[in-house]
Amino acid sequence: MSEQVVRVENLRKEFPGHRGAATVAAVDGVGFELASGEALAIVGESGSGKTTVARMLMGLERPTSGTIEVCGRERSGRPSTAERRRRAREVQLVFQDPFLSLDRAQRIGSAIETAIRLQFPVGRDELRRRTSELLEQVGLLPRHAELFPRQLSGGQRQRVAIARALAAEPSVLVLDEAVAALDVSIQAQILNLLSDIRESREIAYLFISHDLAVVNQLCERTIVMRRGKVVEAGATRHLLTAPAEDYTRRLIDAVPRPGWVPTRSRDLAGA
Amino acid sequence: MSMLTIEDLRVRVRSRDGMRTIVDGVTLDIGRGEALGLVGESGSGKSITARTVLGLFPRGADVTGRIEVDGEPVLGASRRSLTALRSRKVAMIFQDPRAHINPVHRVGDFLTEALRKHLGMDRAAAARKAVGLLADVGIADGERRLRQYPHELSGGLLQRVMIAAAIAIEPDLILADEPTTALDVTTQSEVMAILGDLRRERGMAMLFITHDLELAAATCDRTAVMYAGQIVECQSSRTLPDRPLHPYTSGLLGSRPSIEAAVRRLPVIPGRPVAAFETGAGCSFAGRCPMVEDRCRIEAPATVRRTEGAVACHRNEELVGALPSEPTVRSADV
Repeated sequence: MSEQVVRVENLRKEFPGHRGAATVAAVDGVGFELASGEALAIVGESGSGKTTVARMLMGLERPTSGTIEVCGRERSGRPSTAERRRRAREVQLVFQDPFLSLDRAQRIGSAIETAIRLQFPVGRDELRRRTSELLEQVGLLPRHAELFPRQLSGGQRQRVAIARALAAEPSVLVLDEAVAALDVSIQAQILNLLSDIRESREIAYLFISHDLAVVNQLCERTIVMRRGKVVEAGATRHLLTAPAEDYTRRLIDAVPRPGWVPTRSRDLAGA
Repeated sequence: MSMLTIEDLRVRVRSRDGMRTIVDGVTLDIGRGEALGLVGESGSGKSITARTVLGLFPRGADVTGRIEVDGEPVLGASRRSLTALRSRKVAMIFQDPRAHINPVHRVGDFLTEALRKHLGMDRAAAARKAVGLLADVGIADGERRLRQYPHELSGGLLQRVMIAAAIAIEPDLILADEPTTALDVTTQSEVMAILGDLRRERGMAMLFITHDLELAAATCDRTAVMYAGQIVECQSSRTLPDRPLHPYTSGLLGSRPSIEAAVRRLPVIPGRPVAAFETGAGCSFAGRCPMVEDRCRIEAPATVRRTEGAVACHRNEELVGALPSEPTVRSADV
């Protein structure tokens, strides 16, 4: 049994209600563990709270209650600069839209060098070597280092975002809808890249997604969330073939495939 | 008789580097009450093809070819006949409903505007009709909804309102441009079911634009696949998923992960999708095609009408039934 790199217990996040309305629990009693080298998916529709969970894990949102433990240490309070740097070495994040998370005025190579230097005191030659190694690992060429983000395609930019996240050599990579905006043919390339990375180094994925097929391809375990709560959790294969919950079944039934018939199920009066 | 005929449509738009070809010789035909899915990745030209049917293209665009809606030509038509077309015959639904509805007007104003303006109804009759339209798209409490503003409605609900507005003019043809891409999967299923029901009840034809090949194949009578401004394949949706005719279609089907099984590595189409103006002589897919031969790089393939469907590939004869439709490594590699 490998060690747990993330342990989340009874996590809750409340947001103030709109115009004086009661507070809304975006995340309500969520708990899970992520083992070293494992890939865990959090699946849900909009408003499920899946992204809020990821944001709390990243320290971008402060939990109302509950605990988050990463690499054996609890994350709480306002971190010092040194602590924040240490946390960055534990968890890195890849967003849906790399164009927004990359600095448009910074060359690709420089962006990756910066990410390495933040964590490791390496000399110039070592910095170059690691940068080209990272570019190669995500399927980019040395010449890409000289380019700016706008000179790359969407898929290439997502490769850069992944390379930059890997630069810190994190134990956990949080991928928030990281392949959702990509064209089908590019999405397959990035999914293969993510599989390759996991085979070549000890890294765990927390994969936030609405797409069950993508999740099935990449993650051994899945948590289904709805309205802030965990509906069902288990091995992805089992969850997809024998869902215990009605809502999970509905999500599966909504995936288009040959012979699929779309259904009108809900009474929309109160929606 | 066809509801929509597009013949050799070419669209070039102005850019910093001069005129750029976006649509490069599209020919398609949709019968009365028929649904055609037009599938493609970014830059394929699928959206602009749909918009051109309504005469909606960027200023300074160079558009050639022939488009006819119910026998009436669209290209070169007067502003007046275009308006008549948009208000009576053809309706469009877009991906992002919020970008196409005025946020400061109530849902009721939006829905009744067309009824009063184009069908000459009075306010009360239009409101009654609007409530009926909302019921048709599965919204039971229509009277309350008419008084609400767009921001008070969820994305799925707002898209239903857009569909209600689209069917208000009782069109013969609906152009749907990724109408469910921004929606949750369960909402997508409902919106597609609603569109399907309405189409069957009213005999409406539909041009359904999407990046999702499985969604198109499951909901449309025929599916056309676009690449770099051209339709590379078009056939019955019943047969397409199992027997793709073009290597690109085969690649798309194979590279999409499945909820049924996982593979160690997905078979990928190398490189990235290109737009029409980025291609040279020869087949536009040659640079990414696993079946490529020398002539593919030199000579663009013509569209061949086979019994199985239409396909633009030099090797169509030998590839019928031979192209994989799902990852071939699937069973052995799990």
